[in-house]
Amino acid sequence: MCQVDEDYNGQLDRDEVLSFSKKCVKCKEATAVLVIRAGDMFCSGCFKEYFVHKFRAMLGKNRIIFPGERVLLAVSGGPSSCSMLNQVQEGLSQNAHKKLRFIPGIVYIDEGGALGLSVEERQRTVDELQSMFKATGFPYHILPLEEVFDLPSSVLEESSPSSEQPDITYKAAVDHFIQTNRNCYLSPEKQADLTGLNIQESHTHSLQQIFGSIKTLTAKEDLLQTLRQHLLVHTARSKGYSKLMLGDNCTRLAVKLLASISLGRGAQLAIDTGFSDLRYGDIITVRPMRDYSAKEVSFYNHMYNVPSVFIPTLDTKTTDKASVLRLTESFVTKLQAHFPSTVSTIYRTSEKLQTIQPSPSSSTAHNWDKCLLCMCALDTNVVEKASAFQATLISELLSQRRASRPVDTASPTLRPEFQGPESTAAGGVGCERAACGGGCCSSVKAPESTELKSLLCYSCQLTIKDMSSADLLPQYILSEAQRRKRRSQMREEIREFLLDEDY
Amino acid sequence: YCYPISLGGAELLFDGVKEHQVTLPSQSEPWDMKQLLVWIQRNLLKERPELFVQGDSVRPGILVLINDADWELMGELEYQLQDQDNVVFISTLHGG
Repeated sequence: MCQVDEDYNGQLDRDEVLSFSKKCVKCKEATAVLVIRAGDMFCSGCFKEYFVHKFRAMLGKNRIIFPGERVLLAVSGGPSSCSMLNQVQEGLSQNAHKKLRFIPGIVYIDEGGALGLSVEERQRTVDELQSMFKATGFPYHILPLEEVFDLPSSVLEESSPSSEQPDITYKAAVDHFIQTNRNCYLSPEKQADLTGLNIQESHTHSLQQIFGSIKTLTAKEDLLQTLRQHLLVHTARSKGYSKLMLGDNCTRLAVKLLASISLGRGAQLAIDTGFSDLRYGDIITVRPMRDYSAKEVSFYNHMYNVPSVFIPTLDTKTTDKASVLRLTESFVTKLQAHFPSTVSTIYRTSEKLQTIQPSPSSSTAHNWDKCLLCMCALDTNVVEKASAFQATLISELLSQRRASRPVDTASPTLRPEFQGPESTAAGGVGCERAACGGGCCSSVKAPESTELKSLLCYSCQLTIKDMSSADLLPQYILSEAQRRKRRSQMREEIREFLLDEDY
Repeated sequence: YCYPISLGGAELLFDGVKEHQVTLPSQSEPWDMKQLLVWIQRNLLKERPELFVQGDSVRPGILVLINDADWELMGELEYQLQDQDNVVFISTLHGG
């Protein structure tokens, strides 16, 4: 391998590839048309089989979607989610081998408001997608991102799952389902006739304000992702779906994994990139496309005419270094070009990640131990003395000018022993009445962005820090933040009177 | 020689036009993909060349199909074009 003058840029494989008739590795008869991974070449027919099988196997292996369940498919219009939609369609059709057995619905969130697209452009895209959704026969919901302003703050709470499926095993559920539905197939629900987007202009303006107040593209992307996720979960809940299917493919997840580490989301990697995401409690998010590389998806869509719509996003036509995500994507794709097992290696690593489950006394895992925005466990509330996070807090403290630091009554990000002389007021909350709202008796109201910090995980803190003012966030976030602050204060006050949790 | 070229996702860089019928000027040796890319960059690409080509080849993340087959199986840049060959460029960098 280590020879002088050896060029590693795939030249090793090149010579044999120049002969035109490579046979499919599976059927060994037909000519291969596609190379997947390193050296696996498939013909068109075998590739289709492999593709379709992978989808069903992914769902079957994980046994999370029970027969008859209502599943919401989040379609962004891009190739992966449209491919997912297509697979669901095929899987539900009558003549499918090993039919899928759930009831699907489609949701599309139009983010044109955040991108500054005109109403006509957005309507055009929506029309195109609508005709695509209509052709599937599934019920669909098209929402503008502006609807985040109408979300209730309960969307930020983890709901307990509805008690419909008590401990029934997957196998028993399937058997039961087959018995009762032997002769009739699952007819998809009737589609509602929806006309166009209902966009409130004031909301669009507020949305643009939010994104305009954020300096870096990285933070914009992160916030967009968060808002979109909230809206998806809310839609699933309000329309009665119990599962949400996202179309992230392998390449995208590999990029997300590496980018998350760069953004300080290392603690949440397993949830962000795993097959199933249980952070919302009642709605489980699944990613059935996570085993497909972007190349496989694109090729399949092209060969089998799966329609997709090109929709620009925040990082369209940006340079490589525009945001962390963009840079990571560029890094991974370039590496993948020369080392075709890059993406799958990262993917395999992500499969091994698991979240440590909180201790069995889960009654204490209240909402205020979860991040306000991403709803993952907070990694900033227990600050060990020698941790890296503690170091960043100290340096932040030291780099702030003492005179201008406002009296913070409600941000216990630092342990009391680390606060300097300014801690006089911080220690004693001095609020006699528990019914006092956040901000208490202090006449100096601490800036909003500081107040949110204690409720956010590290990476969400970084995102909010990038906003010029957290007041611009939609009301549901702010009111939930205030509620948690009040609860946390109350807890502090009555702490001495609470029985020890280990008791 | 006439070649239909299609773009999936990359049409933003080509004025939004997805399908192009390309007639290459005749020359003594047959055209290969490498030369085709240079030609595209000079004549069809409307903006931001770095988002489509990188060095001699296409940017990583852009899938190239020649007559519906992966170009990796055809020799990539060395493949010599034949009349009516259909070339498709699909950007895999977008959408999910």
